[in-house]
Amino acid sequence: MNEYIGIVAGILLAGGITASMLILSSVLGKKNPTPEKLEPFECGKEPFSLPMGKMAVSFYLTAILFILFDVEVIFLYPWAIVYRELGMLGLVEVCVFVGILMIGFVYAWANGALEWAGQCSTGQRSTGQPRRD
Amino acid sequence: MEHGNLIHELLGGVAPEGVPAWAIVLVTAVIGVSLLIGVVSVIAMFSVWLERKVSGHIQCRYGPMYVGGWHGWAQSIADGVKLLMKEDMIPLGADRVLFVLAPALVLGSIFGAMAAMPLAPGFYFADINLGVFFILGMSALTTIGVIMSGWASNSKWSLYGAMREAAQVVAYEIPLGISLLAPLMVAGTFNLLEASEAQSGWFGMKWFVFQNPFLIPAAILFFVAALAETKRAPFDLPEAESELVAGFMTEYSGIRWSFFFMEEYAAMFLMSLVGAVFFFGGFESPFTSLAEWAFVTEAGADGSALRTAGLFELPLLYHVTAGTVLAAKALFGVFLMMWVRWTVPRVRIDQVMTMGYKYLTPLALVVVLFAGTWEWLLS
Repeated sequence: MNEYIGIVAGILLAGGITASMLILSSVLGKKNPTPEKLEPFECGKEPFSLPMGKMAVSFYLTAILFILFDVEVIFLYPWAIVYRELGMLGLVEVCVFVGILMIGFVYAWANGALEWAGQCSTGQRSTGQPRRD
Repeated sequence: MEHGNLIHELLGGVAPEGVPAWAIVLVTAVIGVSLLIGVVSVIAMFSVWLERKVSGHIQCRYGPMYVGGWHGWAQSIADGVKLLMKEDMIPLGADRVLFVLAPALVLGSIFGAMAAMPLAPGFYFADINLGVFFILGMSALTTIGVIMSGWASNSKWSLYGAMREAAQVVAYEIPLGISLLAPLMVAGTFNLLEASEAQSGWFGMKWFVFQNPFLIPAAILFFVAALAETKRAPFDLPEAESELVAGFMTEYSGIRWSFFFMEEYAAMFLMSLVGAVFFFGGFESPFTSLAEWAFVTEAGADGSALRTAGLFELPLLYHVTAGTVLAAKALFGVFLMMWVRWTVPRVRIDQVMTMGYKYLTPLALVVVLFAGTWEWLLS
């Protein structure tokens, strides 16, 4: 376990250094807040819309797909480490594993889960051409 | 050849009787990690200057020229001091706790990830057997910080930037992880020192890319995915100055803004280091082999000679050479990232996502399977 002392020291030091820089800055910097200065940015006028937290559904879809693949990668990592000992059996087994996952991948692709929302909802497929309307 | 931990050996030599072993390990770790964070900070500042010079010369101008005399070398230091003196500002309606915490998390996780990085064969401070796994995990934490900053800022630009970051990083995490599987398969270890050691031979040119031809496409995939992971152009959609003002850091200023900036360059360096260790030979090069042949003796390799002869014994020159070689490789990777940034225009978000999911992910899987087949045929 001695090796992990370095990790703990690293995380603590990283936190300490960033925190001390933040504190130093707030001590050194002058304070002169005005209502205009503290407004959220909008190109030179008063902010006319605030973030609502309403986003295109594609963002959530991406996150869900990520879980599928990330679990796959986590399973593949230990396999890669012992690959030499497993030999051909390991290769065949991982081909089966990836093959099963690929079925899910193809299903998601065929159902349009990998298309970005803007393309489908407006009926405007991105062709790389500028819009003419 | 196995190399002992030089700092640990040195401290063990000077420590008085009765000091427990864990205390020496702890002091070694604290000294080492401070050294490491110092090195990374200096390299990040140097990279900021380098980026301005590279972008300048690509656009037929000079970049910074005045501060410090020679080619504006002190520009980053001056900027750092200026940013430290700036007003500490939190916009109205922001979530104050998360707003302050986000940049600290972003920079802190990159610094923390560096803890598992060896500086030289004899300068490592956390020789864990999960090395690269830890580095990838910690550097993925920066995404949480970015999303936090976008959420806490109370600005629509920040929120859009943060959501893009989430989608983009999530999509490119997969090809990044899969393309790294190929060298891991050849190396058979997560440990960065062991991986570098596995590439010694052939007079320092037994790099993984030369051991297995399918590692070359894997290295290219890793580079592209690393660009997207560090949100560098052409994948800098989370910032996207021309559409989102400054993306997730629109509302940030002063030292907190500089944290995001530092993180970007530190992450570039970290990704290049991982790439250099797992694809391009790590510490190994003809220079390293030459230094090892000249300076390292069988008896002195474990660092025990240091107890009697002191730190400036000859093996030190070998470690300095090895560390310099790795840093040079990683800095070349950073330079490539800059070159790409100032050459390729930014892509659209749907193009980013299409590339990540539809092309890079299946391609990376195929490359890994081919690399595995090659390994099996050879053995």
